[in-house]
Amino acid sequence: MSVIAAYTPDEFGRAALEHAAAEAVRRQTGLVVVNGTRGDALVDTRYAHDDEIAALQSRLAADGVEVTVRRDVAPDVAQLVLDVAAETGAALIVVGIRHRSPVGKALMGSVSQRILLDATCPVLAVKP
Amino acid sequence: MDLLLEGFSQALTPTNLLFAVIGVLLGTAVGVLPGIGPAMTVALLLPVTYNVEPASALIMFAGIYYGGMYGGSTTSILLNTPGESSSVITALEGNKMAKAGRASQALATAAIGSFIAGTIGTVLLVALAPQIGPLVVQLGAPSYFAILLLALLAVTVVLGSSKLRGFASLFLGLTVGLVGTSTGQPRLTFGQGQLADGIEVVVVAVAIFALGEALWVAAHLRRKPLEIIPVGQPWMSKKDWRRSWGPWLRGTAYGFPFGALPAGGAEVPTFLSYVTERKLSKHPEEFGHGAIEGVAGPEAANNASAAGTLLPMLALGLPTTATAAVILVAFESYGLQPGPQFMSANPTLVWALLASLFIANTLLLVINLPMAPLWAKLLQIPRPYLYAGILFFASLGAYAANFSAFDLAVLLVFGLLGFAMRRFGIPVLPLIIGVILGPRLESQLAEALAISQGDLGTLWSEPVAIVCYLIIALLVAWTIINVVRPASRREQDATPTSETREGANL
Repeated sequence: MSVIAAYTPDEFGRAALEHAAAEAVRRQTGLVVVNGTRGDALVDTRYAHDDEIAALQSRLAADGVEVTVRRDVAPDVAQLVLDVAAETGAALIVVGIRHRSPVGKALMGSVSQRILLDATCPVLAVKP
Repeated sequence: MDLLLEGFSQALTPTNLLFAVIGVLLGTAVGVLPGIGPAMTVALLLPVTYNVEPASALIMFAGIYYGGMYGGSTTSILLNTPGESSSVITALEGNKMAKAGRASQALATAAIGSFIAGTIGTVLLVALAPQIGPLVVQLGAPSYFAILLLALLAVTVVLGSSKLRGFASLFLGLTVGLVGTSTGQPRLTFGQGQLADGIEVVVVAVAIFALGEALWVAAHLRRKPLEIIPVGQPWMSKKDWRRSWGPWLRGTAYGFPFGALPAGGAEVPTFLSYVTERKLSKHPEEFGHGAIEGVAGPEAANNASAAGTLLPMLALGLPTTATAAVILVAFESYGLQPGPQFMSANPTLVWALLASLFIANTLLLVINLPMAPLWAKLLQIPRPYLYAGILFFASLGAYAANFSAFDLAVLLVFGLLGFAMRRFGIPVLPLIIGVILGPRLESQLAEALAISQGDLGTLWSEPVAIVCYLIIALLVAWTIINVVRPASRREQDATPTSETREGANL
């Protein structure tokens, strides 16, 4: 049993992480932070830097959360989150959601929507 | 001077100005993106511009060439991945500067240094090109043969870490150049009527550069993204200016002559400039931790060498870099043959081109200084979108060359060859130069022997030819010494650029 945080290095990801950490403390379970990228562009701003992940890990550990970080390159980031959830037997997935224009959604898809619809466990959608 | 002013009046017409703007924008964009270089871009655009006025198209290509030199530095500094082979050295100090929080200054010294070097280089080009024209007219076929031979050898031997791979590439190119019936009897046509006219150089260039690169990227699609260093507006303090102007001028002094020699473009002068600055610097302790001199010098050198490259290309029809080679193909597709008579036969075109170089350079400074953060955003484009577009233009271009489906098959075959060359680390420049210069080498030899009625002695009957053969002998001797030297020492000497694969040598 664990709580999954779908993390991106922006306000949405940070909101998700904060709620997930609080939830992990309340439930007294581990926290799994998933930060994925499709890896098909040279630079992906939604993929966290190494030092950022290290800082995040030590901060959460100081708060007494048992945290593991999963950073993977996968063709489909939503599927990656769902796979990690299934693998760790997740009790809850936390995602940050944002507004997307219809055109933006058609072009880029929506990772959070896919997670919301396809997850087999409860999903907590938060806003910054 | 009047000629130059007339060139400006040609280059400043709204249409040509628009083409110059398109050229510098495209050039910067492809320079920023690693793996996509100005050579590929010009090759892709060549067939699309068949209906454009030659002057306009060449002005655009010149803009792309200069722009590529600017754009490459952005990626080098912010990402530590050179967008272009000429900015490999820039990454050494540039990325260190960016990591130390001085990305803005690194970008500024690169852009301003490129502008100054490009302008000085173009002034030198304008001053020297008309002087050299009358001299080269006196050269006979034997001299030309020797110069071409030297160019082929120099491009193969001077560049790249493995001479064997270089020669493999060169002979592949020469073989491709043999295909056809230009000598009266069919060679390597395999009974195919469609090969009788030889293989279209444009198709070879597009296949090797665009298709080969696209296949390579498709084979290595998913990779961990690189960490980019965020940057604001480029600017420099007074101290940075004081430390930069010397390296700019010295870099220019290295870049222009090396660009003009058939020693293959910007790699050698950028490296020499880096070494010199490290020696002369008043802050040697900063080298390795982000010294501004190490960015200013090489960046000036690579732009000056771009200007230098155009000198042998216009005066002799001799390309020394991949981009120059493809631009030469462009000249030929318009029915223009650069060489001795070219400058006197097409003064309006040449001077419009030279004037447009000044314009392109100024445009680049105006565009790039404020827009550097925007260019860095290009790196976030997913590769599948990018390469789908490239493949589309590649196929369109190959088909448009002759409107025959056969060329598409040729495109695919050479695309696979390009992929294999990237896979095995074989440089592509010798191949392209071989395809272009091979047939000319042969025709000069035939002409020389026809005049001398078969006497081989004519080949070293001219002083220029003898000098060329001496240099060739030195190059060969140097290569042999390098091979004989113990392998362990050679490994130490290898430049620390293993991260850039040969595919980036566009």
